[in-house]
Amino acid sequence: MSKKIKISETEDGTMLFNVDPIIFKDHYEMDYLHSYAQDTPFFSGLANGLLLGSECKSCGYKYATPRKYCMYCGNETEWLELPSVGRIHSWTTCYYGSQAFLKETPYNLILVEFEGVNTLFLSRLIGVGQENLDIGLEVKPRFLRNSKFKATDVYFVLSDEN
Amino acid sequence: MRKVYLVSGGVTKFAKANPEKDFRLMVKEAYDQAISDVPKLNHAMIDGSVVSYFSDHFTRQLMAGAMVNDFLGLCPKPSKRVEGGGATGGLCIQSAYEDIASGRMNVVVAAGFETMSQVNTWKGNEFIALASDTNFDYPVGGFYTGYYAMMVVRHMHEFGTTPEQMACVSIKNHKNAIYNPFAQHPAELTIEDVRKSDMVSWPLTRLDCCTMSDGAAVCILADEDTAFKVCDNPILIKGLGTGTDSMRMADRPHGDVILLPNENKDDYKGLKYPGVHSCRAGRMAAKMAYEDAGIINPIEELDFIELHDAFTSSEIQTYEDLGLCKYGEGGSFVEKGYPFMENIDYGIKLPGKTKIAVNPSGGLLASGHPIGATGIMQAVFSIWQLQGNIKEQFGNDTLQIKDAKRGLIHSHAGTGTYVAVTILEKV
Ligand SMILES: [Zn+2]
Repeated sequence: MSKKIKISETEDGTMLFNVDPIIFKDHYEMDYLHSYAQDTPFFSGLANGLLLGSECKSCGYKYATPRKYCMYCGNETEWLELPSVGRIHSWTTCYYGSQAFLKETPYNLILVEFEGVNTLFLSRLIGVGQENLDIGLEVKPRFLRNSKFKATDVYFVLSDEN
Repeated sequence: MRKVYLVSGGVTKFAKANPEKDFRLMVKEAYDQAISDVPKLNHAMIDGSVVSYFSDHFTRQLMAGAMVNDFLGLCPKPSKRVEGGGATGGLCIQSAYEDIASGRMNVVVAAGFETMSQVNTWKGNEFIALASDTNFDYPVGGFYTGYYAMMVVRHMHEFGTTPEQMACVSIKNHKNAIYNPFAQHPAELTIEDVRKSDMVSWPLTRLDCCTMSDGAAVCILADEDTAFKVCDNPILIKGLGTGTDSMRMADRPHGDVILLPNENKDDYKGLKYPGVHSCRAGRMAAKMAYEDAGIINPIEELDFIELHDAFTSSEIQTYEDLGLCKYGEGGSFVEKGYPFMENIDYGIKLPGKTKIAVNPSGGLLASGHPIGATGIMQAVFSIWQLQGNIKEQFGNDTLQIKDAKRGLIHSHAGTGTYVAVTILEKV
């Protein structure tokens, strides 16, 4: 006796944007278990209101970012607390951005230079419009009270802000 | 090492979206065009392929290179994928070169593609931004137009470069593209059009930036014996150079300029290099390629250049990295008219005469930038230039450089993180 074998069907559908060729919505997302690994002290530093770079004690090079090993001599670096003020080395105001940041536009990005440090630090500058931005302006870091353990835990404001 | 030649090339028309064809079919179309130009080369003579595409996120298919090799009917011959951000295509050609120069293979297909229409433009910007440091740069809102904006703001500060000079690049490349039927965005523009278009990241407007594209490009490379057997006018790969720099531009040094043979130390007193205003990888790649090709004075010894103008500002930076002018002179180089085609009326006043045509095809700004295909597209257009085939391939000879003997292609990733420079020569 033959009985018709069928898979049970559901009522959810597929979103089609076009029928020929068929173009459909193909959702994709994932959560990573992402480790900051050797750069962890930088991020725990931000949570404690500390901005850390790296210093090579062998050749004397100072980085405004975490670099576990020196780019030039290859030796292991040590953590370095960056100066409490810096200057704008370059800047831009973003009116568009990646999808994740569109809702935050317009926002300012700056590269910060610190006295006695050989490289720069990329961050946001808050509280200033494009018309008042300039290379050389003195800036200082501020930290989120509620740390998110992201690079955005630190941001900059003009030095003369309270 | 053995001499390596480019025998033919093919390219799809670049478009915002091309949903009728998947990446395999686009590559096949470019491949068929390439192989039909060399009837004496049959499919069985191909020893293997190098396939390049930039982003697994755009493709949403891992090992897509293997699927291209399969679709072209090349299994079980050797194949590999090469990836290096925006420089993916240029690195692919260099990798195919190495396969032949080493004696491992005689005929290799270099194929590249990108299918960027799989997501909307702002998601696409996010995918591209993932090719910057995802712990430090991307999370603060970093994306490529923003990075290049900061680079050019510093360039403007150091050298007095202006947004109007950048707009000249946009006018040139969009106008050139009017004569290139493969180009995605041909247009006649004024400086005002460029400056008044939507601001993306100051000072870069939409018309200072290339857009997302779908497309594929293919080159066929061969050793000397095979090249002359199948082709009357194969193009010699005369020199190669490749450079790198740190992923985070914040980490770049502020030291001394890497000098080309036609420069000296006194030219750059007090200039801190590369900082964020210049690309050390581009200079390194150019220096290596010039040494390899025996070039002392590039602007005199090259007839045209196809360079990676993802932004108008990066074209200006690249004039300098390639030594077409000194560091700091890139803005006035374009403003004076030096990189324009001499036979085209651009509708703007150009006080100087053409010195070398840069991006006669329209470049990335106007031809399009399907990332993995882009560096190969530059090679395809250059093959046609050097073979004197522009009229045949484009249907008009406006963009044909008269008596073109030597061209340079420049393929660039990140904020100058990988750069591949390759010099091609008519023999
Ligand atoms: Zn060191």
